[in-house]
Amino acid sequence: MNDTFGRRIAGMLHRRPRLRLSLLLSAPLLWLVLAYLGSLAALFLSAFWTTDPFTSDVVKSWSPDNFRTLLTTSVYRDVALRSLAVAVAVTVIDAVIAFPIAFYTARVASPRYRHLLVVAILTPLWASYLVKAYAWRIMLSEGGPLDWLLKPLGLHGPGYGLPAVIMVLAYLWLPYMILPIHAGLEQLPANLLDASADLGARTWRTFRSVVLPMVFPSIAAGSVFTFSLSLGDYIAVQIVGGKTQLIGNLVYSNITLDLPLAAALGTVPVAIIVLYLLAVRRSGALAAI
Amino acid sequence: MHLSRPARIALRTAAALGFAVIYVPLLLVLVNSLNADRGFGWPPSSLTFHWWTDAWHSSGARDALWTSVKAGLGATAISLVLGTLIAFAVQRYRFFGREALSFVVVLPIALPGIITGIALNTAFRTVLQPLGVGLGLFTVIVGHATFCIVVVFNNVIARLRRTSGSYEEAAMDLGADTFQVFRDITFPLVRSALLAGGLLAFALSFDEIVVTTFTAGPGVQTLPIWIFSNMARPQQAPVVNVVAAVLILLSVIPIYLAQRLSADTASGGRI
Repeated sequence: MNDTFGRRIAGMLHRRPRLRLSLLLSAPLLWLVLAYLGSLAALFLSAFWTTDPFTSDVVKSWSPDNFRTLLTTSVYRDVALRSLAVAVAVTVIDAVIAFPIAFYTARVASPRYRHLLVVAILTPLWASYLVKAYAWRIMLSEGGPLDWLLKPLGLHGPGYGLPAVIMVLAYLWLPYMILPIHAGLEQLPANLLDASADLGARTWRTFRSVVLPMVFPSIAAGSVFTFSLSLGDYIAVQIVGGKTQLIGNLVYSNITLDLPLAAALGTVPVAIIVLYLLAVRRSGALAAI
Repeated sequence: MHLSRPARIALRTAAALGFAVIYVPLLLVLVNSLNADRGFGWPPSSLTFHWWTDAWHSSGARDALWTSVKAGLGATAISLVLGTLIAFAVQRYRFFGREALSFVVVLPIALPGIITGIALNTAFRTVLQPLGVGLGLFTVIVGHATFCIVVVFNNVIARLRRTSGSYEEAAMDLGADTFQVFRDITFPLVRSALLAGGLLAFALSFDEIVVTTFTAGPGVQTLPIWIFSNMARPQQAPVVNVVAAVLILLSVIPIYLAQRLSADTASGGRI
C-alpha cells in the first residue's frame, strides 16, 4: 500500500490502539452481545409472562406462575429429574467405556500407531449426528441387527425407549470423552509411574493413587460435553426414545402453544449446565479443554 | 507403568471392543444402503444399487444438499471474520470485560441448541419481520454463524498465543505500515489456523439440526432437516439410508484435510 492515503490511515491506526481495539470489537460485540445475549435475555424475561388460554397469544404481565407450575406439576418434576438422571448415566457410562480405550491408545499401543488411533477416534465426530442416531434406529428396530445378534443367546434388543436413549447418547458423545482422557494420559510423566512401582505399588494401586487423580481433570473436561449435550438433546429422543420425554421435548412441544412456559422449562437445563460448569471450573478442569 | 500380561490383553480387548462399537453402526448404514429389502430385513437377503440411483434422482435430497452447502459457506464466512476479530482483540489487548467476552463466545455452543434456537426465533420474528425480512436461508446463516464463531476463535487464539509479536515488530521497524504488516506477516502466520477453524465451522453448520429447525423459514430445508423429516416415512427410508451412507463416506474429506493441516502445523508453521 504505497498511496499516501492508505499510509495516513495506517499511521493513524498505529498511534491509536484504542481506536484499533474498537474497530476490532464493534462488529463481534454487536452480533454476540446485542443480538445473541439480547435475544437470550428476552427469552428468559418472557418466562415471567403468561399466555391467553384461548388465543395462545403472549400476555406481557409479570407473574411467577410458570415457575410455580414447573415446581408443582409432577410431570414436569419427573421429566426434569429423568433428564438429569439420563445426563449423569450417559456421563458415567462414557467415562467407564472411554478410560480403557484412552489408556490403550495413549500408553499401551505402540507409538507408531498412536496417531492413527487418534484419527480413528476423531473420525466418527465428523460423521453426522443425525446419521449416527439413524444408524441406531436401524440397529434397535424390531427384528433388526441387534435382535438378530442376540437371538442365538435367547435375548432381544431393548427396542425404542429410555434405555435406547441412554445408549445412543452415550454412543454419540463417546469421542468427546475419549479425546481429553487420551490427552491427559499421554501427558502423564512416566517417571511418576516408575516411582510408584519403585515404592512397591502394584498395577492396581498405581492406577488408584497416581493415574486416576492425575487424569481426573481430563475426565471432568470430557464430562462437560457428555453431560451438557445429553441434557439439552431432544432429537435423539425423538428418533430412538419411543414415548420417552426429556426436558428438551417438553420445551419443544410447548413452543407454539405456550412460549412463556417453554422458556421457563428451558431455564432448567440452562441452570443445571451453568452450575455444572461452575463446579467443574472450581476443580480446575476447564483449563484442560 | 508396568502392566502385567493379562492386564495388557484385557486393555487391548477392551479397546478393540470399543472401536468395534464405534464403527459397527456406521458400517451397518453402508451395508444397508445396498439392502434389497425395502423394510431393511436383517440380514439382507440380496444386495442392489437400486436405492443409490433412486437417491441420485431424488430432487428433495439434492436441493437440501445445495441449501446446506450455501448455509455452511455463509456461516463459515461470517464466523471467520468475527472469530478472528475477537481472537485478535482478546489476545493482543487488555480491556474491560475481556474474560467475559471469551465466555460469551462459548455460550452459543455450550447452551442446548433448543434454547439458542427459540431465542433467535423470537428475536427474528419481533425484530426482522417488521423490517420485511422473514425467516429463510439468511436467518439460518445468522443462527449458524453465532455458534460457529467459537471454533474459529479457538483456533486463531491458539495460534496467536504460540507466535510472538516480534515478527510484526521487526516488520514495523523496517518501515512497514499496519496494513502491510497484516498482509505480509500476520495473515500468513494465522492462515492455517483460519483454514482449520473454517473447516470445523463448515462441518458444524453442515451437521446442525436444532437451531436450523427454529431459524429456517418455510421451504428452506437443509440436509439434516430433510433427513429428519423423511426418516419416519417408510416410502423414503431407502433413499434416506443412501444419503446417510454418502454422508459417512464424505466425512473422509474433512478428516484428510484436518490431517494435512495438522501435519502442516507440526512442521513448524512456515512463514
